[in-house]
Amino acid sequence: MRLRGLIHKEFYQILRDPSSIAIAFLLPVVLLLVFGYGVSLDAEHVPVALVVEQPDADTAGFTGGFEQSRYFQPVVMRDMHEAEQALMSRRVSAVVHLRADFARRLRQPGGAPVQVIVNGVDANTGRLILGYIQGVWQKWLARRALETGETLGAPVRLESRVWFNSELRSRNFLVPGLIAIIMTLIGALLTALVMAREWERGTMEALMVTPVTMREVLVGKLVPYFLLGMGGMALSVAMGVWLFGVPLRGSLWVLFGAAALFLLAALGMGLLISTVAKNQFVAGQVAIITTFLPAFILSGFIFDIGSMPPVVQWLTYLLAARYFVAMLQTIFLAGDVWSVIWPNALALAVMAAFFLGVSRRKLRKRLE
Amino acid sequence: MKSEVSGPVEQTNRAEDAVLELRGVSKRFVIGRRTIQALRHVNLRVLRGQVTGLIGPDGAGKTTLMRLAVGLLAPDDGRIHALGFDATRDSPAVQARVGYMPQRFGLYEDLSVQENLDLYADLQGLPPDARPARYHELMHMTGLARFTTRLAGRLSGGMKQKLGLACTLVRAPELLLLDEPTVGVDPVSRRELWQIVYRLVREEGMTVLLSTAYLDEAERCHEVILMHEGEVLGCGPPQQFREQSRGRTYLVSAPGERKRTVQEKLAGAASVVDALIQGERIRLVTAGETPPDPAELLPGLAGVSIQPAPPRLEDSFVAMLKQRRKPGGDALPRVQAGRQVGPASLSSENGPGPVIEIKDVKRRFGDFYAVKGVTFEVTRGEVFGLLGANGAGKSTTFRMLCGLLPASEGSLRVAGLDLRRAAAAARARIGYMSQKFSLYGNLNVCENLRFFSSAYGLTGQRQRRRLDWALEQFELGTVADTVSLDLSLGYKQRLAMACALMHEPEILFLDEPTSGVDPLARRDFWGRINGLAAQHVTVMVTTHFMEEAECCDRLAIMADGEILALGTPQEIKRRQCSAGQPEPTMEDAFIALIEGQGQTRGGAK
Repeated sequence: MRLRGLIHKEFYQILRDPSSIAIAFLLPVVLLLVFGYGVSLDAEHVPVALVVEQPDADTAGFTGGFEQSRYFQPVVMRDMHEAEQALMSRRVSAVVHLRADFARRLRQPGGAPVQVIVNGVDANTGRLILGYIQGVWQKWLARRALETGETLGAPVRLESRVWFNSELRSRNFLVPGLIAIIMTLIGALLTALVMAREWERGTMEALMVTPVTMREVLVGKLVPYFLLGMGGMALSVAMGVWLFGVPLRGSLWVLFGAAALFLLAALGMGLLISTVAKNQFVAGQVAIITTFLPAFILSGFIFDIGSMPPVVQWLTYLLAARYFVAMLQTIFLAGDVWSVIWPNALALAVMAAFFLGVSRRKLRKRLE
Repeated sequence: MKSEVSGPVEQTNRAEDAVLELRGVSKRFVIGRRTIQALRHVNLRVLRGQVTGLIGPDGAGKTTLMRLAVGLLAPDDGRIHALGFDATRDSPAVQARVGYMPQRFGLYEDLSVQENLDLYADLQGLPPDARPARYHELMHMTGLARFTTRLAGRLSGGMKQKLGLACTLVRAPELLLLDEPTVGVDPVSRRELWQIVYRLVREEGMTVLLSTAYLDEAERCHEVILMHEGEVLGCGPPQQFREQSRGRTYLVSAPGERKRTVQEKLAGAASVVDALIQGERIRLVTAGETPPDPAELLPGLAGVSIQPAPPRLEDSFVAMLKQRRKPGGDALPRVQAGRQVGPASLSSENGPGPVIEIKDVKRRFGDFYAVKGVTFEVTRGEVFGLLGANGAGKSTTFRMLCGLLPASEGSLRVAGLDLRRAAAAARARIGYMSQKFSLYGNLNVCENLRFFSSAYGLTGQRQRRRLDWALEQFELGTVADTVSLDLSLGYKQRLAMACALMHEPEILFLDEPTSGVDPLARRDFWGRINGLAAQHVTVMVTTHFMEEAECCDRLAIMADGEILALGTPQEIKRRQCSAGQPEPTMEDAFIALIEGQGQTRGGAK
């Protein structure tokens, strides 16, 4: 009866507090839309300046490769000065320069040089663009060899295949990763805030002097926010699959099982934070710094953990989000790969048990 | 002194009657580097079937004591027994039998009245079939029956307090602990709460322990425990305390004289323990039992009459505090007569005339009028009081007068300046002290003074001169290097007042300046206000204390954004004279006014 009363109360509060609803349902939608449509780590339709000093059949063959590629949006220019201006003002991301003697030197020993200038401010994108330009160049070489009957001096050929995310769409791994971020917000931030609110408004003191036990207080917070978190998760999965066309290759029950484990760990973190920080401002700050930001940066959601310095890699083992992101990306893109799921699930279970256990011990019926 | 008062209590009351007993209880809190001794070897008993009042200013240890009694804190020393259980070891058993209402009532503001009740009924384990009857009874008793669907956050202060009480009473407890239930609640709601408390004791046989900082409420208790700075000064029935002052309390009237001058003269006399303005007269407490001689006390004044008056509990409390302070030396400064507190330059400047004029002022928030058409004037050198419950529109009026909030309609002139056009210029001529003492806790006394004076544009020689003045006049020299967070409440209050006066304002606004401070600090404070008024500084003050209202030259009583009465304390009281109340107190007058307003409103519908 006491537990039922607490859970009832919590649901009324959630329904009447627009900020809980916003964090649980509005925020996932906004984040998914931003990451699904706005943020893309792919380089597509890159504007590139093609400076052709003397157009003829040879240069047309070369530039034709750019026009057919979906990676590029070429702009033909006549002189280098104009192209440099365009690069400076960021109207183009790269310049490909074919000099006036291109056609003549092409037929001489030593060949014709092609100048390529890439905006390297964003190193990753710069490297991608350079790679794509080289691809265009190689394709052109191959086609020329076929046409003229020459042999290209390459005895080995590379045949590459991309697995799991064959289209290399960044959306396909961002959306599953985003689910971890959203659940961190609901589990840790929202729970820390509502618990701190009880201290701040003096209602915790009033609860404590009733016969209610602290375990009931904890469970009374866990159940409603667990359901809320799973609701937010279901919404995100539905949006990911139906709106963004992210493939879900694993089974739904494994996905929800993993989410449940992660949510328990996140709730445990949130409750633990609120036993230490007893006002909403501090609880919110601590929750963002210790759970949300690391989940964003260090979980492998955007940045690959494998390419981080070893110390930082070690640090990521302390993050529940790391295990969950790994599981999410596997379940969505690869399927139920048990060799990935079991160890990560175990790690989450240990963390959930640890945080909930410590919160239970810390939350005593004393005001000191 | 302690044994002298508590001695007879122990003889007359057997130990088995005690529902709550504390023996040798001490409690310390360590916050950072500071250690606060909240309770110091406290012994006390709360007897079955009685209303016991735990009386003392802020910092006396009242809340700590209540929390210890319900097992929310563990004592450093000593033992606490509640209803036969050890409150520390068997706290679940105690919590199942005790009702405790914390200071902020413990309500969920986003839950409705009914939902709050349901929650506490669930938590207290009240069986569902017993609920309808109990709810009916509680709603009837608290008068909340019409509001069950309203959110708790939308209730008035008095209604919240009653709902908090109803939630605590959902399952009738054997012992009811109420922590400052009457703070910030208007006199009408206070009186209703007391009626409920007495009904509970009479009809349900409950034992009630209630803490309060209002000494007049102590008179309504069966037993009183007086506390100060973590120590019990004494316990016993209120009349026992009153009797200590019997034969030493008088009312002095000196027609034709300014009451402040008379009060200052009386307070300065050696044989006087306490002198307090009460309407037109001065309440006097003498040290000895020989009747005071007018010629000796007030030489040179004609027509002075000194009438014996019935003693009050406060008279004895003040006497006890003064006795404690004596060996400590300069712990508390005496109120000196005619001291230079305010800006001396003002006394000659400008003639008398209104310095504050407000006319038909309204303030709207959304579609809610917090202030609806208020008009009054305050003349130079006047002490003007603004009384009213929380939500009556006092603070809104105050903020408009300080130029912090623009009025929706009407005109406001302060120090001859129209606030609509010259708010900044007007602000330079007023001082403001808020009820929360907005000081920087991690700056020391000097740094606070320097900061606030520079905020008002004081620099160089003038700033140094004012700094010296503040340290001397407010006797802050000994604590000049103390971080203001570590100051006692009385010192904090003085520092806040000094900060508000650094720029020699013509008008001083005080927003509940004395809430929670002990009676001696309050007297000291009013001594300073009188000093300011004597130098033609205009003082405007809000308060919940009826006794402070008596010290004002004129008063405005507000309710629901309107002024119900305006005039001298004497006039306001006289207007509420009736056959039933030939000599109403300020509180009686206040209650009569508010109830009268409710009736006219009901009649209009």
